[in-house]
Amino acid sequence: MAVPSSSTPVLSLRGATKRFGGLVAVNNLDFDVMEHQVMGLIGPNGSGKSTTLNLISGALRPSAGSILLRGAPITHLRAHAIARRGVARTFQLVRVLPSMTVLENIRAGAVFGHRRRWGHEADAFATQMAEKVGLAGKLAMRVSQLTYIDTKRVELARALASEPRVLLLDEWLAGLNPTELGEGIALVRRLRDEGRTILLVEHVMDAIRSLCDACVVMAAGAKIAEGTPDEVLSDPEVIRAYLGEEDA
Amino acid sequence: MDILITGLLLGGTYALIAMGLNLQYGMARIMNLANGEMLVAGGFAAFWLYNAGQVSPLLTVFLVAPLAFALNWLIYRVMLLPLVRRAKSRGQLEVDSILATFGLSFVAVGLMLMAFGGDYFSYSYLARPVSFLGDTYALNRMVAFLAAVVICGALYLWLERSRAGMSIRAIAVAPESARLVGIDVPRLAAIAFALGGAVTAAGGALISSFLTLDASTGVVFTLKALIIVIMGGVGDVRGTIVAALLLGVMETFVAALIDPGLTLAAAYLLFILILLFRPQGLFGQRTT
Amino acid sequence: MTGQELRALILSTLALAAAAALPALGSSYWLTMGVTIAMYTVLATSWALFSGPTHYISLATAAFFGVGTYTTAIGIELLPYWTLLPIAAALGAVMAALVGFATLRLSGVYFVIFTLGLAEFVRQIITWVQNLTGQKGLYVLTDLTEKHIYWQLLGLAALVYLAGWLIARSRLGFALRIIGDDEEVARHVGIDTALAKIVLFMVPGAVAAVAGAMLAPRYIYIEPSLAFTPMLSFQVVIMALLGGTGRLWGAVVGVIPFTLLWEAISASFPNQTTLLLGVAFLVIVYLLPRGFVGLLEDARRRLGGGGW
Repeated sequence: MAVPSSSTPVLSLRGATKRFGGLVAVNNLDFDVMEHQVMGLIGPNGSGKSTTLNLISGALRPSAGSILLRGAPITHLRAHAIARRGVARTFQLVRVLPSMTVLENIRAGAVFGHRRRWGHEADAFATQMAEKVGLAGKLAMRVSQLTYIDTKRVELARALASEPRVLLLDEWLAGLNPTELGEGIALVRRLRDEGRTILLVEHVMDAIRSLCDACVVMAAGAKIAEGTPDEVLSDPEVIRAYLGEEDA
Repeated sequence: MDILITGLLLGGTYALIAMGLNLQYGMARIMNLANGEMLVAGGFAAFWLYNAGQVSPLLTVFLVAPLAFALNWLIYRVMLLPLVRRAKSRGQLEVDSILATFGLSFVAVGLMLMAFGGDYFSYSYLARPVSFLGDTYALNRMVAFLAAVVICGALYLWLERSRAGMSIRAIAVAPESARLVGIDVPRLAAIAFALGGAVTAAGGALISSFLTLDASTGVVFTLKALIIVIMGGVGDVRGTIVAALLLGVMETFVAALIDPGLTLAAAYLLFILILLFRPQGLFGQRTT
Repeated sequence: MTGQELRALILSTLALAAAAALPALGSSYWLTMGVTIAMYTVLATSWALFSGPTHYISLATAAFFGVGTYTTAIGIELLPYWTLLPIAAALGAVMAALVGFATLRLSGVYFVIFTLGLAEFVRQIITWVQNLTGQKGLYVLTDLTEKHIYWQLLGLAALVYLAGWLIARSRLGFALRIIGDDEEVARHVGIDTALAKIVLFMVPGAVAAVAGAMLAPRYIYIEPSLAFTPMLSFQVVIMALLGGTGRLWGAVVGVIPFTLLWEAISASFPNQTTLLLGVAFLVIVYLLPRGFVGLLEDARRRLGGGGW
């Protein structure tokens, strides 16, 4: 690891629960994400990973339990207030702003996010973030002209432009072809080496092994294992959860 | 006491109208702002048939309902389905259907003004007092209420029990999954929309037996029906009935005790309270 | 200021000066038309400022307008006329904020219904109060003539355009573009979408109230059914959409032809105005979803040979 983890949790979930009618999508979930840590949230389809991210970002409200950002509760705040306190995210299905240019998309994060900028300062910072994710030279393009991976880069740059305390990546690597996947993993690794705090939901095992400091494994809404990627991926219960999915 | 019963009688007819709108909005997912004009058209048919041949409004219902069904089916297929198909999002469909049905509503008012003029229409059908629980009520209101109860009950049973009814409820809850289990969504949405129009027109024929209508009163009924549907919960049949009775009673109280000119204002006040405190409807689950 | 902005500024100043010279023609017919067009330009442009980016259809124009009319009608006895305009603006803005607070967190359908009923609600309350006090209507007697009303409305129009231009350059304007594109993203980048919409809705609320206050001296005798005519709300929606809400100057492109058409129809077929309103709605939905502005931009794109 490039930057040592400190001992203050940036993000903590305590008993976080989400029920939809009779269905329990997230059940009594506890975990901490430390400063400078890259935490992977993994598990079979439908195990509640994306719902967990939605609870943290405020897209959904927890039915019970609490979510803390640096010790302060954000459980019942609305999404915009959570974003301002320093939680930025990308979406499982890419969401870029179709009527705007690449630069304007990224500027949205810089203007309204955790650290708020305006005017030339916002443009300069957005440009810097665009360069960081590999969009230099494409700033004036409409997002409709971009390739798929470039739209993903726009989303990532928009999230980074708010200077978040914690970055939530919801299957950011999904749907990329093998070459793009290599680029994508390298990009996230650079963010990790900068010392950013990241919580990522991911299916790509190579990415999990090479990026994550720690993993939480979910099945049917509950946490079934937690530890380093190597530890959890050799845990018999985790293997059963994944294989069980393939049987079905 | 007599205010309460008069209110319940009025609420029964409101329930029928709101049920029509609920079928269209809750099931077919079209906010039909021309709903009130369908009601006025039903009322005009009853007026005209009664004056021309002393046909009872109760019989007119059987004529008006199939006609309105056919007309609304056509409106859905020709005018609204293209909007459903071109909409990129739920929000866009909402805006388009609001504008299109407003357009329809004004066209309908314009046509009715042309055909019947701007006068008030009323006729005297069963305008006899009857006594009930020690007070007297107009017989036509009682009859209209009973007819509304019968129609509402039949509709409820049909939605709960029949295969088509269950499919319609399925498309209201989850249109995507309904498609997966082999339900022809556009066809059923058209039927729900048409049925909604038929129910509203039937309500209009009944209501014309005791209320005075004119070509441009439709919008008042649209507004009331919308308030009832939102209060009762979109797609919720029982909620609609309770909300309609509540509105009927409240209007009657306000008209009797404060000022008859304030009935719509009272309904509106109720609406504000619902929006502020229970936007998901009286019996709805709070969702995020 | 960029060259393009400078050109727009010069053009709009010239247009305003030309419009201000209208009373010099000496035709009372055209002056009356000028007042009507200026009034609808003010109302439709401010309507589009809100509804363009948010896609919420407001039918509250008549309610705000009526409140403004009554501000003048009641206040003229007590205060000088000029102080009534800011009072009307404040009342309209507060009312819009209350309406926004109750409905703008919810879906667009609720908003339409709520605003549809609003004018009727206020009208019934005022009628009831007047019945209690035994009054029918109120007289507004001033020495303001048609010409003065016209110039006031032009001034208000200039203010509305200025406000639109300033909003477009502000954080609020940027936030609204994001909301218009994707509200979910807007919330997640830190925009309080409900607050942004409420603040923005106060603009047409205040503007319509001021317009109502300015027109009250023209009516002389004010009664609820005149001040709160629901037709006004619908006409404003049609004119704004017919012109196109994508550009600040879009509304006026719809206002001028529709006002002329409306006058012509109501002169020769007074009973068919409702039908005209309905047909106009259908034309907008099925033939001109982006209004005249959309037509012009498509034409320019075809001539310009592609590109965006």
